[in-house]
Amino acid sequence: MIRLDVRQVPSLRMSVLSPIIALAVTVAAGGVLFLALGKDPVRVLSMFLVEPFNGVRALTELGLKCTPLILCALGLGLCFRSNVWNIGAEGQFLMGAIAGGGLALWVTNASAALSPWVFFPLVVVAGAAGGAAWAAIVALLRDRFNANEILVSLMLVYVADLFLSWLVFGPWKDPLGFNFPQTVQFAAATEIPRFVRGMRLHWGFAFALVAAVLMWLFMFRTHRGIQLQIGGPAPAAARYAGFSSRAAIWTTLLISGALAGIAGAFEVTGPMGQLTPHVASGYGFTAIIVAFVGRLHPLGAVLGSVVLSAFVIGGQLAQSRVGLPASVSGVFQGMLLLALLGCDTLIHHRPRLARWTWRAAP
Amino acid sequence: MNELALLVAATLSAGTPLAIAGLGLLLNERAGVLNLGAEGMLLISAVAGFAAAYHGGSEWLGFAAGAAAGAAVAAVFGWLVVWLNTNQYATGLAVSLFGSGFSAFVGIDYVGRQLGEKTAHAVPVLADVPFLGPALFRQHPMVYVAVALVAAAAFFLYRTRAGLVLRAVGESPQSAHALGYGVRRIRLAAVVTGGALCGVAGAFLSVVYTPLWVEGMVAGRGWIALALTVFATWRPGRILLGAYLFGGVTMLQLHLQAQGVQMPSQFMAMLPYVATVVVLVLISRNPLWIRLNMPASLGKPFFPGA
Repeated sequence: MIRLDVRQVPSLRMSVLSPIIALAVTVAAGGVLFLALGKDPVRVLSMFLVEPFNGVRALTELGLKCTPLILCALGLGLCFRSNVWNIGAEGQFLMGAIAGGGLALWVTNASAALSPWVFFPLVVVAGAAGGAAWAAIVALLRDRFNANEILVSLMLVYVADLFLSWLVFGPWKDPLGFNFPQTVQFAAATEIPRFVRGMRLHWGFAFALVAAVLMWLFMFRTHRGIQLQIGGPAPAAARYAGFSSRAAIWTTLLISGALAGIAGAFEVTGPMGQLTPHVASGYGFTAIIVAFVGRLHPLGAVLGSVVLSAFVIGGQLAQSRVGLPASVSGVFQGMLLLALLGCDTLIHHRPRLARWTWRAAP
Repeated sequence: MNELALLVAATLSAGTPLAIAGLGLLLNERAGVLNLGAEGMLLISAVAGFAAAYHGGSEWLGFAAGAAAGAAVAAVFGWLVVWLNTNQYATGLAVSLFGSGFSAFVGIDYVGRQLGEKTAHAVPVLADVPFLGPALFRQHPMVYVAVALVAAAAFFLYRTRAGLVLRAVGESPQSAHALGYGVRRIRLAAVVTGGALCGVAGAFLSVVYTPLWVEGMVAGRGWIALALTVFATWRPGRILLGAYLFGGVTMLQLHLQAQGVQMPSQFMAMLPYVATVVVLVLISRNPLWIRLNMPASLGKPFFPGA
């Protein structure tokens, strides 16, 4: 019987090791799962762990997937640290995609002669505005009416999804698109500049990395950032020090909404090039796991996004090559987070072998 | 008149899974545990229930499988949250994310499958009463079971000693611990019971209500059930009221569409979600009211050593 003793000081080593142990547990469980399904576990696992990193093209695809995950996870990390439970990044992502896509559509229809480098900042602003506006509803209802932000932000995901669906089935549908629910292909001028021609990786990736560094500066090197984080674990202390929890709600939600919105805008003007119902691909939910795997730290989010992107790509490979459902990626993601939370116990507790007795675990 | 009766009947049917799941979550929360994994538990139990009913040929087998699946998932959640003291929000989210992936993964073979013939249900004699018959007495038995469960839960919470202990654990785990009650065991028992109820609700969705298995078919009902516990200010009777209210909103949307109301279907489909937000806003507006009714230790971990 293993007993847990409370550590006097949280273990820093365990806080770094925990995601690695959790990853190992997840991979082991995955191996058993594939074996049970009659697939070669080594071959399938290598699709998740090796192939996404194998070669320049694979790495650029990985970076492409990392971009929205980093952007969403940065904001979520800030929210969670401040004890604001925004779990509706997916909805904010969608509203940013709609705003960015709408702008691109307008430029396309107006056939405006525009350099992609002029359009780039515009699409960032549009996406940020769309996402922040959606998150502002959550902030307003939480601040003004005390409505639980977890439930409100999540309900708004469904609303945003249906709104997108209405747009692409209705007013924004491509009239020459054989009745497919999609907008016209956006003009070339609206495409986010790419690093190299022929590769889908775009400058949004660089934007995400810069955002991570800026978020780190904000969270750990500014008075305001520290204020927000104290409000999370110690609301009473924060109140005593005169930090407003109302301001924390607004600041964190607007920032995370804006970042998720930018991610959405990049996704439609980058790899997709049009609005379709497939814009809702779950990045906003996966980013929750990225944020936790990255220890709610901005630079950790970058590392976490690499792991989760590899899972997403691995799921696609497993589907196309050995006929596993792509949802296997979702199973892995959920398992990883559950294992991680279990392992995180070791940060605050030291396991110890103890003789088994009935009274051992009250 | 007849149409209204059918609308009432459909409302009760749509409200039933919300009522059962909401009741399960209410029991969790009364013991101080907030389970944000409701959506995941509903999805996993929906696919488990559908599979059991498909292979076993019996609805009741489906409910049993759903309850077992819900209880199993809740046990994992409970072990993490109650014994390892993990963050309840994060762990619940993990269960929801895992549930949506896992249910899609194991359910892929059941997409598009049909269950056998639907049997018509009728309460003898009462089913033939004009209006009331078609409105109230031609329901699936589970609709009445849900009402009975709510009554039983109310009796348990307010009229039995065990219910009093459960509430004490939710209000002040320290005091309950000092009195010698096993706070962790009680919390785990509440979580597993709540999970089993969510499981029955999930199975009802896939076996009776739809009856189909489609990826993501729970469509946010787990979250709406969580909102219901707030709406009900943690009282069983009001869960039932809230569940039928939401069932009514869902049905109203379909009814309006059938009536040919000129409104895009997507906006109609938004109604239950928007209604949830509106209801949350109205009910939470008075923070004092919420604080008075909310179990005091809700969402907070308990360390027996402290």
